[in-house]
Amino acid sequence: MKNRYRDPLLIQKVTQKIHQVTESLDRTVRLMEVCGTHTHSIFHFGIRDLLPEKVELISGPGCPVCVTPMEFIDQAILLSRQPDVIITTFGDLMRVPGKRGSLLQAKAEGADVEILYSPLDSLKLARENPEKLVVFLGVGFETTIPLSALAIQQAEVEGIRNFKILNAHKIVPPALRALTTQDIRLDGFILPGHVSAIIGLKPYHFLAEEFGMPGVVAGFEPLEILLGILKILEQLSEGRAEIENVYRRVVCSEGNRRAVEMINKYFVLTESEWRGLGMIPDSGLMLKDEWKDFDLLTQENLDAVKAVQEEMEQLSEYSSQNMDGPCICGLILTGRKIPLDCPSFDKVCTPESPLGACMVSAEGTCAAYYRYRGRGGRFHVR
Amino acid sequence: MSDKILLGHGSGGTMTRKLIENLIVKTLGNPTLNKLTDAATLNLPSGRLAMTTDSFVVTPPVFPGGDIGKLAVYGTINDLVMVGTKPFYLSLAFILEEGIELELFRRIVDSIAEAAENVGVEIVTGDTKVVEKGKGDQIYINTTGIGIIPDGIEMSPERIQVGDKVILSGTMGDHGITILACRKGLEMKTDLKSDCAPLHRLVNAMLDVEPKIRVMRDPTRGGVASVLNEIAEQAGVEIKVEESRVPILPQVQGMCDLLGLDPFHVANEGKLIAVVPAESAEEVLSAMRALPEGKDAAIIGEVVAKTEYPEVFVETEIGTTRILEMLAGDQLPRIC
Amino acid sequence: MCIGVPGQIISIIRFEGIVETKGIQRKVNLALVPEAKVGDYVMVHAGTAIQIINNEEAQATLKLLEELVGDEE
Repeated sequence: MKNRYRDPLLIQKVTQKIHQVTESLDRTVRLMEVCGTHTHSIFHFGIRDLLPEKVELISGPGCPVCVTPMEFIDQAILLSRQPDVIITTFGDLMRVPGKRGSLLQAKAEGADVEILYSPLDSLKLARENPEKLVVFLGVGFETTIPLSALAIQQAEVEGIRNFKILNAHKIVPPALRALTTQDIRLDGFILPGHVSAIIGLKPYHFLAEEFGMPGVVAGFEPLEILLGILKILEQLSEGRAEIENVYRRVVCSEGNRRAVEMINKYFVLTESEWRGLGMIPDSGLMLKDEWKDFDLLTQENLDAVKAVQEEMEQLSEYSSQNMDGPCICGLILTGRKIPLDCPSFDKVCTPESPLGACMVSAEGTCAAYYRYRGRGGRFHVR
Repeated sequence: MSDKILLGHGSGGTMTRKLIENLIVKTLGNPTLNKLTDAATLNLPSGRLAMTTDSFVVTPPVFPGGDIGKLAVYGTINDLVMVGTKPFYLSLAFILEEGIELELFRRIVDSIAEAAENVGVEIVTGDTKVVEKGKGDQIYINTTGIGIIPDGIEMSPERIQVGDKVILSGTMGDHGITILACRKGLEMKTDLKSDCAPLHRLVNAMLDVEPKIRVMRDPTRGGVASVLNEIAEQAGVEIKVEESRVPILPQVQGMCDLLGLDPFHVANEGKLIAVVPAESAEEVLSAMRALPEGKDAAIIGEVVAKTEYPEVFVETEIGTTRILEMLAGDQLPRIC
Repeated sequence: MCIGVPGQIISIIRFEGIVETKGIQRKVNLALVPEAKVGDYVMVHAGTAIQIINNEEAQATLKLLEELVGDEE
């Protein structure tokens, strides 16, 4: 079956429209996509090839792995080295370097690290290994958080006590606020499709209302991304600022009520550190007091946790400056620099030996630039 | 005989002897092997000798469309035929993990016999070792293959010229995705089968049509992307691939979508990539398509320039371009 | 940030369904989309359906696109 969202003729026409609308603008326009999967699609389909020079795409802090602080990776690695612990994680986290190596290295040294497709599969391991502590690395935004909640719910129902979460969940809108209030010139946001499928449109309204910033929720097919870009450009050209949705097949304005209820049942807002952005108020989630049994780090009576906390104190004397080269991850995540501006990019920092998390995830800005770095530097958008 | 492999089966004593005589020689026997001398003595026609070696590790050892035995024979044969060799003899060394079912081992040896007969090669020497439980992953196989390259066949990347066509012999990624689907924890159900197959007939048919095929490679680990990048680098050229022409099964694409993998990086076990002079490309393609192992063959791209900066790029289905990188590290399933 | 793949529900037992995407079948948790029926398309993220795909809206978006590009011919 032909995928109509990749129809070359339609794409050509929408591209023409984009060029037309851009002509009516008297300046360069900077749009940020805040979803790693958008970044991936934009590179995979060569979307930048299609855009006018005056339209600049900036990859924001959209991959949960990229914004997870190094301390979290360190904790996970230290934990993986404790006896009778099974770490369960999405594959994305495996290569992320902490101060002392990655989970992939820990696994090679004998740590029990299992890559999962679904957090719920973690429970299966917990059931099968009652004598072990099974820890799920809870990384992800609103799309993934309800899945962690489902796993906790299931563990509660079944009375599985050896299942715990090492939690670093974060939510997107407070990061958008932080980006908007920082000293970065941005003209609009391409809003994340699958986060929006959960939270709907309302949490973004402040962008338009308080900051006059257009935002469009887009899907991940080439036509959907182009349509999203076109809609933002139209708003700019007409002097409007609204939150629009061109991913209606999946996103409705109220989101997925049940999923939001699940998040709210188990988690409560807290301050959270974003790699590159620093502390952002109310941008993280922690487990509510009544579910603390599932929160690994509050289990201070567990030997594994005690050991990890002691070692973390020693580690904290190191700083990230001790890495092998400068890493401008933070500036890249906020769109102030692009990977080509980084002295380490493609030199000491490559996908085989990533320095910062932006190079780690396939959707990390640096990894995407590296993978699809264009002929004759054509990917250099500026 | 016990129904499990024991350490004694690798001791060199009577248990080893029995295992070899009752199972291996009985199944794989031929006049050379049957002598059970320390080294096989072989007769070969004159010509350039080609030799290759390979080790096989795969979990699970039996998978839809094949098993590690078939993989070992065909994998070795394919490496030989990629340079135009007529294969003659194989060696076979097993490393078995204590405790595996004898039945599993028997099944794999049967499968090796069938595969060797299918391609007309003899297993002429071998070895069996057993390691303690936990020190191996059921069964490992190491092989060596030798054969003769007929006169007049000389494939080498230096012969590649601008305008040459790139042919892929069938759908991409079937083997790697089949194995991944079997993996514990993913629990994906598909009707996919490994493409594990010998390529000697296909290569013969191709060389019959065009003896001046520039180069052939089988895109096993690292997938199509890695082989194309190797070719580009060795020949100092830029290769363009048209994504819409690359044959791929929907299930393979679907699995890659689900797990965030790139099918260009997924392993194949019965496919080849050939760089063929433009003028004979269509004819070579027809010859390939006439055989079952080449029925889905397609011209997927061409050599577009000689260059100091070799690279492979993909023209996407929407008409834009992106660079096709070699696989870095391992492909890890991801969700974010 | 969140890979989502559309698939069709081919069977449901309680809060679990078998969902098929391009010939791949996998058990998918349907707890977040309790109103989903056999035959519906859902967006699957990490083994869980996060939303039912709205076919009417999909058609409407494509129609919008076609109109958008059609009006200049």
